[in-house]
Order: sequence, then structure tokens, then C-alpha cells
Amino acid sequence: MAHAHAVKRHTGLMDWLTTVDHKKIGILYLFAGFFFFLVGGLEAILIRVQLWMPMNDFVSADTFNQLLTMHGTTMIFLAAMPMIFALMNAVIPLQIGARDVAFPFLNSLGFWTFFFGAVLLNVSWFAGGAPNAGWTSYVPLASPVYSSTHGVDYYVIGLQIAGLGTLIGGINFLATIINMRAPGMSFMRMPMFTWAAFITSALILFAFPALTVGLVALMFDRLFDANFFDTSQGGNAVLWEHIFWIFGHPEVYILILPAFGIISEVISTFSRKRLFGYSSMVFATVLIGFLGFMVWAHHMFTTGLGPVANALFSIATMLIAVPTGIKIFNWLFTMWGGSIKFTTANLFAVGFVPTFVMGGVTGVMLAAAPADFQYHDSYFVVAHFHYVIVGGLVLGLFSGLFYWWPKMFGRVLNETLGKWFFWLFFIGFHLTFFVQHFLGLMGMPRRVWQYLDGLGFNEMNLVSSVGAMLMGLGTVVFIINMIVTGLKPRDAANDPWEDGRTLEWTIPSPPPEYNFAQTPLVRGYDAFWKEKMEGKNAMTPAEPLGPIHMPSPSILPFLMSVGLFIAGFGFMYHNYYIGIGGLVLTFGCMFLRSVIDDHGFHIDPEEPQDKGVKA
Amino acid sequence: MMNRWHVLKRLTPLLAGMVLLLSACGRADLSTLRPQGPVAEEQFGLMTWSIIIMALVVVVVFVLAAYVIIRFRRRPGDKTIPVQVEGSHKLEIIWTVIPIILLVILGVPTIQSVFGLAKDYTNDPDAIQVKVTAHQYWWEFEYPNLGVKTAQELLIPDDAVISIHAETKDVIHSFWVPSLAGKIDTNPAGNANTMYFSAPKKGVYLGKCAELCGPSHALMDFKVKVVDRASFERWVTAQKAPVALPQDQELADLLTNQCLSCHAIGDKGGKVYPNLTGIGSRESVAGILINTEDKKYSNEGTVEENLKRWLKDPQAVKPGNLMPTVELSDQQIEAISKYLAGLKLEY
Repeated sequence: MAHAHAVKRHTGLMDWLTTVDHKKIGILYLFAGFFFFLVGGLEAILIRVQLWMPMNDFVSADTFNQLLTMHGTTMIFLAAMPMIFALMNAVIPLQIGARDVAFPFLNSLGFWTFFFGAVLLNVSWFAGGAPNAGWTSYVPLASPVYSSTHGVDYYVIGLQIAGLGTLIGGINFLATIINMRAPGMSFMRMPMFTWAAFITSALILFAFPALTVGLVALMFDRLFDANFFDTSQGGNAVLWEHIFWIFGHPEVYILILPAFGIISEVISTFSRKRLFGYSSMVFATVLIGFLGFMVWAHHMFTTGLGPVANALFSIATMLIAVPTGIKIFNWLFTMWGGSIKFTTANLFAVGFVPTFVMGGVTGVMLAAAPADFQYHDSYFVVAHFHYVIVGGLVLGLFSGLFYWWPKMFGRVLNETLGKWFFWLFFIGFHLTFFVQHFLGLMGMPRRVWQYLDGLGFNEMNLVSSVGAMLMGLGTVVFIINMIVTGLKPRDAANDPWEDGRTLEWTIPSPPPEYNFAQTPLVRGYDAFWKEKMEGKNAMTPAEPLGPIHMPSPSILPFLMSVGLFIAGFGFMYHNYYIGIGGLVLTFGCMFLRSVIDDHGFHIDPEEPQDKGVKA
Repeated sequence: MMNRWHVLKRLTPLLAGMVLLLSACGRADLSTLRPQGPVAEEQFGLMTWSIIIMALVVVVVFVLAAYVIIRFRRRPGDKTIPVQVEGSHKLEIIWTVIPIILLVILGVPTIQSVFGLAKDYTNDPDAIQVKVTAHQYWWEFEYPNLGVKTAQELLIPDDAVISIHAETKDVIHSFWVPSLAGKIDTNPAGNANTMYFSAPKKGVYLGKCAELCGPSHALMDFKVKVVDRASFERWVTAQKAPVALPQDQELADLLTNQCLSCHAIGDKGGKVYPNLTGIGSRESVAGILINTEDKKYSNEGTVEENLKRWLKDPQAVKPGNLMPTVELSDQQIEAISKYLAGLKLEY
């Protein structure tokens, strides 16, 4: 096969800036997300240092509000979301037997808009103060009257740009999962993680536009003196709460569903057993996603919506416990009768189950509106959502990272350090957050900079702070693990856990640029396991060997995002030349993308193509 | 039917035990676990009920998880392939139906309570009507039917329903007296809220702001003081009585110019900022400096000490509040504090 056009192949930094390969974009997402996880973690540690004793003044009151706002915003939008996208990018195309995502160029654009939005948001620390109205940014506190620094402007514009990336990513994965499954992989043969990613992407598609609208309205209020939320001008403050939570509650499920998917994969693999009740798992995931859209007002029981709304949203919220319960028991019965191996990945997965149940039951307690009048905005809520987000999502993410690390990097993470990490993090987590349930019930409101002495809060806050340090220590061990592992040779086998069940374990670790030399033929659920049980160690190909069409790398997504970053600054400081200049850069790149014909290039699998991803 | 009641009967000691365990937590004047009035008691009842149901769920899952983890761990060198079970309709139906039943027994009392606690007392002539207005970072309590206004300390009788009308003058706050009733947000006008509670036991209860409202959110405390009906009526009368300015003309002028431009004392002064009538007999200064002769913590002192501390540097006590640091000499601060500390109401 003669190559009609030669494609410029970049190396080094340019390779990473221009890549459209889902595996490399996954790695970019992972390191960017992990970096912001460390930033958000540092903010959490500072919060716990401030609260380790009563009447402490380690940080000032306003700095504390900036810390708590940025901790929440960073962890949700800049750490959790990208780390989810990291695993989705690294794994989904491999699990469905595809060579890339549906829109590789968009994939790169999604990453870079997220990245520049995230950087913009964090620049606020050095530009007169970070946002300080909480991650929920309730108006009027977030209005220009009561938050006169540029902090909330950074929140509005940074999140808008980052949210664009998330929406792009969600659409991309929907298209990928619908269109690019290998022959024979029907929907009901998809691995559970793929299902979870699919539903999550659908939730992103419907939830993020609500956030976009809300942020645009708040941006107009702040930058151009509009009055969507200004009550003195006929606006309404409660409106923001609705818009925010119509996005915000589905967001919770956007975060947790991928974790459910990861746990399903990991527990099944390390129990050497098929996932128990696969179809009910799928059904439960879809149902959670669906119900997730009709419970937002349970964040607003004390807003004063009246008894009818409160009653309806109470019951709707409680209903979510049913599909969630189905999942928990399915996991337990996947392990039942299995042969459970406790690798670090599986320790995180098994630790997840009881921890998440604790977060789930407090969720049902919170759903009872009259009782919520007591829990609401107290430390009880803080404990609850950290149990579901850290005890749920973050344990799930770490499980997934240990599980798929060899597939992403070709190296198995050190198990001894991994177990140290697990135990430090797990014990630290429970120390930090278990006592907070009681602090809340004893009358400690959340988001408090100080608490008075003599109220009985001292000991538990001290315990909580000690726990936070342990979690920090665990994270340091994980960083050491990444470095130590990175220095080892790249020698992971195709199927390093030996019990792999899905398609990603049929190809080299890390996979070549084109993933599958020949698209595999899928003959059932747990496609690879099925072949193994029939004595084969590879998939049956569904096509002959031939040249593989690949997308060309491009710097345009990076430049488009730089343009948005510049435009964000310009509009924030009312410098419209810079603002428009940034937009010109973005739209100019879009124009170039439209007019330049790019047919990509072909790779002959005969060409020596060993390891594709450099880590 | 018999069986069901047996089960409930068996649950009674569990319920009692749970109540006992939980009520060991926290201060009686602050903890939601030690309710001091019917509204908080009803909410505590629902909390306890949900905790019991959820504790059962947690125990089942934990026991099952522990059993599975221990029983089915892989022995070294084990190469066997377990039976690949697809699922079990019977089991799956069980763990779908049982949670639904649990939710029904939690949902029914929830709905009852939602509507019960939404009862409207705003037109009840026997209820004490209180208009709560939240400000960054202080609480204004107005009794529209009695023509009285006070700040930071809500005084109520022990024999009536208190009907609250809550709104804010600036950002959203949330009115919360944990041991008497759950919270309600104070929204900007147009979305004003109502709630009710009653407090049959005399005493002082701690109130908190529960919605992030700015730097001093954590310090936006208030007190609810419950007294008997006769004291309450004496207090209302005393609150309305004219207050004499100090004899010393210089001090009187100082007060008139520097304090009464914003604050009211008795019938004199501005109405927009915290009312100071009877400040000498309140539980706290600025809601956060606790008045006591027996100083234990750094936010405590005598009324006079607290007033001096506040006047010297209000921003140090409550960062971001609107009280300016008034240009006063030490002697002036001393004199004003002494005068204000002497403003006591007899009730």
C-alpha cells in the first residue's frame, strides 16, 4: 500500500499538544486531573488545619471561604471529572474493540478546553482572591454587590470553559459507544464500565447545558449588570438554586456511575466470576440516571418550596435507594462463591462497597424532608457527600487506576506501596468523615471558619483533622508508587491480572496506536473470558489484515482553547480588544479546521509497530 | 398480622436503646439529638426511625460483606474456575422488594410530618408572630403585633406557638435553633418563608446561621430565651419604655452622634441596625461574645468587657461586618460600655 500523503509526526512536547490518540489524551486527563486532585487536597488539608481546634485563626475568615469554595469546585470539576474522563478515554475504545473514539479531534478539544478552564479558575488565587461564595455559588452572595472581587468571575468563566470540554467529551463518548462497537458487541454484551460511561455521557448531555445557562446568566449579572438574580430589579435568587441543582444533582450521578462501572469490572475480574445479575445492573444504572434528574429539589428542602414539593422530592429521592441497593447486592453476590484475590485494585473495590452503603443510607435519611430540616447545611451533610464522593467515587477511581494502570502505561503499579496507600487512605477517610455525622447532629453548621470552645465539638474535629493528614500521607505514598513504577521497565503482559475478561486485555500493554490490528469478533458477554474458556488465548478477527486509517494530529484544539482562555480574561477585566482577540483566535482555528481537508493517514500493521504510547 | 406486631414489639428496646445512645451526644441547648420542644422532637423521632431502618441495612450488608470476603478469598495457588452464575431472579426480586418495603415504612411518616410541620400559624391570634430578618451577620427579631423590635436574642414565652416569618435584607442565611426546630432559609423578599415551633421548657437555646453568608458566617450566632408568660409581658412593656440618656451631657451627645445614628435604644435612635435596648441584660454582645462573670473561653467576658472589646475593633470580632471602627478614645469607649452595660431590662 503506497502512502499518498506523508503525515508530520511530532515528538516530545509537540506530540502531547497535538495528539488526538485517545490513549494519550487519557494520560493527559489523568495527570491534569491528578494535579488538581493534589491542589484540592492541599486546600482540604488547610481547612482541616484551621478546624483542628476551636477559635483557631490559622487562616483568615475570607481566605477560609476561598479555600472551601475552591476545594469543592476543584475536586468536582477539575479533579473528579477529568480523572473519570481519563479512565473513559483509556479504556472505553479498547473495551468495545474500537481503534479510537468517534471524534478524535473533538476529544483533544475537550481536554484542552477543560485544561485551560481549570487553569483560568486557579489563576484567581494570584489575581486578587479566589471565588468565595461556595462551590454552589448561591446568589445574592455571589452577586457583584456581595462578592466584589473578581473571584466569582473566575468561577463563572473558568467553569464555563471547562464545562464546554466536559460536554464535548460526553457527546463524543455517546457517539463512540453507539457507533464504534466491534462486530457482535450488542448493547447487552457491553462491559459494565462501558455501560456506566454511556449513561454518564447521556447525563452530561442533559445536565451540563443547565449549568451553562446558569453560568451565562450569572456572568451577565456580574459582568454586564444584568438582573437575572437581582431581587431589587425583579430577578429571583431562588431561581439560581433551581438551575444549579437541576445540573448539580445529575452531576452527582455523573460522578458516581463510572465508579459503579469500575467496581463491577474489578470485582468480577478478581473474583474470577461473571458479574452477578448483569441485566439488572444495566437496568439499575439506567434507572439511577433517569431518577437522578427528578430529585434536585432535595438540596432545597429548607428553601421553602412548600409541603407538596418537599413530599414529592422526598419520595423520589428515596426511590433511588432501590436500584442502588440492587447494585450493592449484585456486587456482594458476584463475590459469593468466587475466588477473591485482594490486589490493591480489589482492596479499593471491596472497601468501596460498605463505605458507599454508609453514604447511601445517610442519603436516604437526608431524603426525609422534615429530618433534613435538621441535617441540612450541617456537618452531617458534609459527612454524607464525602462518603459518597470520596468513599464512592474516589475509591472507585483508585481501584480503576490500579486495575488499568498496566494497560495505560505498560507497568504494573507496586503492590506493597499500593496496599500502604489503600490502608492509609481508607482509615484516614473514615477517621475524617465518620465523626462529622455526629458533629452535624450536635449542631455544627457546615462551611464554618471557626467554632466556639465549650460546645463539645473539639475532640471530634481533632479526630477529623488527624484523619485528613492520614489521607494526605496515603496520597504521598501513591505519588511515590507512580515514580517508583515509572522507573521500572515496561514489561506488563497483555493480561497482567491473568483473569481479564474484556477486550482490553487481548491487546498489548500499552496498546499500539491503532489498538487492534484486526477488529475482534465478539461472541458474547465477557468476550475475552468466553474465548479463554474455550481454550483460545486470542479473539477471532472480524476482518482481514489491512492498512488502518488513522486521524492526523493537530495543534488546533490547543489553540482554540488558548483563544477561549484569553477571551475569558479580556471580558472579565472589560478589556474588549483582548476579549475579541481571543475569540478571533478560537473562531479562526475553527475556520481552518473547516476548510483544510485532512484525510488522515494509513498505518500498515506489517510495519513494525511495537509499543505505541510513551509514558 | 400478629407477626408484624411481634416484630415491632421486639424493635421497641432497640428504639429505646438508640434514643438513649443518641441523646448522650451534645449539649441540650444545641444538639438536634436532645430535642427540647415538640417540633424538634418530631424531627428527632423521624431521624431515629430512619437511623434504625438504615442501621439494619448497614448491618445486613456488613455481615454479608464480611462473610463473603473471608469465606471466598483465594487460597495461594488456587487455579480453579468458580461457577459462572448469571444471576438469580429470586434473589434479585428479594433485594428489590425489601428496600421498597423499608422505604414505605419510612416514607409514610415522612409525608405525614412534611405536611404536619407545614401548618400555617401566621394568622393564629394565639401564636406569637415573629418577623425574623437576617443581616450580614446579625439577626433582627420584630414582633409586629406587639410593636417591639430586638436583635440577636429572641425572647419568647413558654406557652405559645411561635410563628416565624423569615426573610433577609442581603444574602441568603438560614435560621436554625437545633434543639427547638429545624432550619428555614431566609430568602430575599418575595420568597419569604414561614415556620413554627414552640419551647415548653424555660431556658436559653443556641441559634446558628446555617447558610454560607460571607466571612463571618461561622460567627452569626444568636440566642433564644424562653421565659414564662408573665416575664414575657413584662419584657414587652420594658422594651417599649423610654430610656434615659446618661446624665453626663458629653456622653449623651457622644451617644446621640456616634451610636444612635444607627442603633436604637428604647424610643430613640436609628431603626436600621441592631436595637440595643436592654443590651446589658442580654446573653451576648454581637451574638458571639458571651456575657458571663465566670470567664472560661476567649469569647467570654462580662457585658462591659465584651462591649469594650466590640467597640474597640468590631472587625476583629466579626470580620466583614458593617459596624465601622468608630473614632473613640479609650475613655469614651469605657464610658459608653459602662452606660450600655447598665441598660438592663427588668422582666
